Amino acid sequence: MTKRQSKLEAINLDAYYGDFQALKNINIAMEEKAVTAFIGPSGCGKSTFLRTFNRMNDYIDGFRTEGQILLDGRDIYATDVRVDELRKEVGMVFQKPNPFPKTIFENVVYGLKIQGIKDKKTLQETCEKSLQQAALWNEVKDKLDKSALALSGGQQQRLCIARALAIQPSVILMDEPASALDPISTAKIEELIYELKKDYTIVIVTHNMQQAGRVSDHTAFFYMGELVEYAKTKTMFTSPKDTRTQNYITGRFG
Amino acid sequence: MTNSEKNRLKDKAFQVFGIFCTFIGLVVLAIFLIDIVMEGIGRIDWDFLTSLPSRRAARAGILTAWAGTLWILVLSALIAFPLGIAAGIYLEEYAKKTKLSNFLEINIANLAGVPSIIYGLLGLELFVRMMNLGGILLAGALALSLLILPIIIVTTREAIKAVPRTIRDGSFALGASKWQTVWNQVLPASFGGILTGVILALSRAVGEAAPLIVIGALAYVPFVPKTPMDEFTVLPIQIFNWTSRPQEAFLTNAAAAIIILLLITFLLNGIAVYLRHRQQKKIKW
Ligand SMILES: Nc1ncnc2c1ncn2[C@@H]1O[C@H](COP(=O)(O)OP(=O)(O)OP(=O)(O)O)[C@@H](O)[C@H]1O
Ligand SMILES: [Mg+2]
Repeated sequence: MTKRQSKLEAINLDAYYGDFQALKNINIAMEEKAVTAFIGPSGCGKSTFLRTFNRMNDYIDGFRTEGQILLDGRDIYATDVRVDELRKEVGMVFQKPNPFPKTIFENVVYGLKIQGIKDKKTLQETCEKSLQQAALWNEVKDKLDKSALALSGGQQQRLCIARALAIQPSVILMDEPASALDPISTAKIEELIYELKKDYTIVIVTHNMQQAGRVSDHTAFFYMGELVEYAKTKTMFTSPKDTRTQNYITGRFG
Repeated sequence: MTNSEKNRLKDKAFQVFGIFCTFIGLVVLAIFLIDIVMEGIGRIDWDFLTSLPSRRAARAGILTAWAGTLWILVLSALIAFPLGIAAGIYLEEYAKKTKLSNFLEINIANLAGVPSIIYGLLGLELFVRMMNLGGILLAGALALSLLILPIIIVTTREAIKAVPRTIRDGSFALGASKWQTVWNQVLPASFGGILTGVILALSRAVGEAAPLIVIGALAYVPFVPKTPMDEFTVLPIQIFNWTSRPQEAFLTNAAAAIIILLLITFLLNGIAVYLRHRQQKKIKW
């Protein structure tokens, strides 16, 4: 093998909500164990694109895609792909923390229980490991049987990350994971992303340019459903090629 | 008078009118309750609750009636509960938003408003005649299940709808199937609401006499039903029967039976209120 295969890849991807085309001929290849940030003005299709990687758009009536999305070189929209298998591989963290109204423990092991894993020891070990990875263990280790809804917003979001890690995905998708959080919690999430990229491929949507600058290796700028520019974050932030990119990152619109 | 003064006056007038209307409702209800309690409370004793019906008012009791009511309650719940919840889940979580599902939706809401005697007639035709069951408990319970099914479906859907989209997304994103998501997330989170709806529906069914009379429930049943295949009577029918007698003593019996029926209804409603309250305290999104 000469060229290292990219972890995630979109090839000529179009996406539609009914007659409305939300994504236009997207081509992008993302590296393994790196952080890619999606930026762009509201409504440009960042979330739509992100959600194609774990096929969360499947539930929306009238949504369809053309083209391909490859995970480790395999088309995830192929007919023989099972979504539940795909989602074991590609985890997701949402904008608003969405812990289940269950205990902290039950939240973390939910994905495993769904897979039919019942062994107490496995569940407990995974729970501890995932919470530690998500830098939450010390704060919650004495109250694993308490309701997750009693945690603070920042803790809830780290719990949701732990929950995603528990099923050992290789990719984690994050849709503005810190936008509902205070600055301190945000800093914690950013630190965490930095830690996690040693083992995971991370794609993050953000509206915060500083955040994109701090956490990501590559940045993709979207505008009205098109991928305008995709480059190393440093390069893009210092010398953007497209004037639209430049206008956006300097805050002139969006 | 300026415009805002006028408006304020209108506001006041409506307020007074509103209080007056509420008051009338409450007063009428209170008078009715006081009247019933004064008339009947003295008649309620252990013998009244445990005696079989009789031609003589002083010896007549409501054992068969409340036993029948209890039977009907439990049987209707057993039949309508799973059916209603399953239908509610299907319509809310699975059915695609098509013309057909829209049509079903509107009609289920309409069914909830159909007069109960129509369900009695339907039950008579379907269960008593076509299925040849006769006027037995099972037939009565089936008819009442039809009556409360739309209510249960509607409340189940409301309760399920109240579960936020984000919870489902969270579950799907972890690889859960639709069914796993419904079973592990949606149902537990909405169960209090569903149960509340079921109980309120049952408390409606408890007071029904008309559909059961049509089915062929008897007024005079000299034994306690032992199986769903037995003939039966229920409290409302017993009450209806007693109030149509000329003798004063039977009217007293009727008042006493009404008190018992009201107690059952209040108990059911109380449980429903309690469940709803507990649910609200337990889960805040
Ligand atoms: N369920 C839907 N049905 C129809 N159109 C949709 C739906 N979801 C999104 N869209 C449209 O698709 C386009 C892209 O939306 P998307 O949510 O991907 O944007 P975004 O870049 O994530 O925006 P934001 O920064 O505000 O989150 C928008 O024009 C939006 O109106
Ligand atoms: Mg978005």
